[in-house]
Amino acid sequence: MKPARAASAAGHHQEWTPILEVSLREVFELMLSSALEIPDSEPDGPMDMTSMVGLAGQLCGVLSIRCSQQAARLMASKMLGIDLEQVGPELCDAFGEVCNMVAGNFKNKIAGLGDGCILSVPTVITGNDYSLHSPADSDALELRLTFEGMTLVTSLKVQD
Amino acid sequence: MRQAGIELSKVFEAGNGVEALAVLAENTVDLILCDINMPVMDGLEFVKQLGGVPNAKQAAVVMITTEGSESHVVQAISLGARGYIRKPFTPDQVREHIVPLLTVKA
Repeated sequence: MKPARAASAAGHHQEWTPILEVSLREVFELMLSSALEIPDSEPDGPMDMTSMVGLAGQLCGVLSIRCSQQAARLMASKMLGIDLEQVGPELCDAFGEVCNMVAGNFKNKIAGLGDGCILSVPTVITGNDYSLHSPADSDALELRLTFEGMTLVTSLKVQD
Repeated sequence: MRQAGIELSKVFEAGNGVEALAVLAENTVDLILCDINMPVMDGLEFVKQLGGVPNAKQAAVVMITTEGSESHVVQAISLGARGYIRKPFTPDQVREHIVPLLTVKA
């Protein structure tokens, strides 16, 4: 398995990049029956949906997944086993749940962190004209992968 | 559940523990699938409060959650949950945990 393109990696958290990638791939393979791929080009459309889960306790930060609305809709369709056209208000719930599962899977893979880190309920933002300000002020670990040909940017920002 | 080959006759949805308790005040169910991380009332508090709900006496509670630490499992089971599935999961895992609970009832 080739590693995903890591846009940047934060200092001593750099070793978490492969763990984050495995966490992401497992969720998409098990829950959405989809293998994530390495992108061969930059995204060509708007990345207008963002799902975020906060981490608190021994590890404080924010995990986010950004993609197009089309990609988020396909995630909901695959997760719920319904046609794309049938996806309605559950779009945000499903997209938030994907982020929640990635965050949970990630923290469960960090030795000794399970009990010491709690997750927030997911928040979903639509649109891309926003800035995220967080106490987690370190550089973000960022992974770019494609889901069924559509770019997915996963970012973990940890408070040092 | 469909992907796991489990047919359900009726499904009630609730967004958190408080909504679920309101649903159970009006309806009897055989199976409750519950997350831990929920707004308003989390899954562990919900399971604790189920003891006082007559319509839930016969229901098997299975936690489906990303919170996979041993202490969460122990806490959920001690409060009365009958099963615990950690996300992400496969349809086979769902079938393995849930079919025996429904078979016992049948």
